[in-house]
Amino acid sequence: MSHEAAAHQGHHPALAHHFDSLAQQTEATTLGMWVFLVTEVLFFGGLFATYMIYRSWYPDAFAVASHELDVVLGTTNTVVLITSSLTMALAVHAAQLGQRKLLMTFLILTMILGGVFLGIKSVEYYHKFVEHHIPGPGFQFEKEYFRHAQIFFSLYFVMTGLHAIHMIIGIGIMLVMLWWSWNGTITAEYSSPIEISGLYWHFVDIVWIFLFPLLYLIGRHAH
Amino acid sequence: MSSHILPKRVYYTIFAILLFCTYLTVQIAFFDLGALNTVAALAIATFKATIVVLFFMHVKYSTRLTWAVVLGSVFWLGILLALTMSDYLTRVWRTYG
Repeated sequence: MSHEAAAHQGHHPALAHHFDSLAQQTEATTLGMWVFLVTEVLFFGGLFATYMIYRSWYPDAFAVASHELDVVLGTTNTVVLITSSLTMALAVHAAQLGQRKLLMTFLILTMILGGVFLGIKSVEYYHKFVEHHIPGPGFQFEKEYFRHAQIFFSLYFVMTGLHAIHMIIGIGIMLVMLWWSWNGTITAEYSSPIEISGLYWHFVDIVWIFLFPLLYLIGRHAH
Repeated sequence: MSSHILPKRVYYTIFAILLFCTYLTVQIAFFDLGALNTVAALAIATFKATIVVLFFMHVKYSTRLTWAVVLGSVFWLGILLALTMSDYLTRVWRTYG
């Protein structure tokens, strides 16, 4: 740590030597996280582009296949995920104020809600398995849409699967954050790890905000 | 700067709006609006994403550089989707030539 910086900051243990101040360090980490999220937007963007192309080609097959998804479970999961975003935002708020117990409570709540989401998701996957809606040799669907419904379900599993992997990674990050909150690494002055973990969590929520209507709610009025 | 600490009521308000929008998007899906069904669903989803970014992710109170990066992601996503669809949606035009 440079002596000048140390004089300014009073030797904060979390201040890396190549930054002048904690404020500058926080700004850099926030920006870095956003640059990472841009790559994530385009990562998912490729799948959304694929979805757009196939849906524009086979709108009827997509609507019929979409009806096989459970709107109640999908809506419940949307509410669960939005609620987890609230608890995450409140965790960041508690971190900024240095409220350690509250921070840990909200991190645990966020993880539990993430777990509930994944639990509901696996119930849905199980239903699809039982109904033979997994694309491949065992796939069963009405004859007219047999081929194109498989494209819908392929996209369904890849998009929600990639999203679920992000959720699992998110829960892993929350575990590390919980550890850092418990051992006193996180303080009111050094809350940026919680803040950028929150950015990741909210991003995953945003992906679901788009996945939900595009996968579950196509042509619902028709049946 | 992140030293800007928002009052909790902001988060509760955004949460309530997000829940209401979820209710709205499910309700609208059961009415036949033709092509407008998709437009409405995407408009609501975009609105929800925007308030999450601005308030939950604190971009409203972030530096201009962060704003530029966030808008950049939207811009490049726009290029990806718009240029892709400008190809696929215009392929049928050949039949008129």
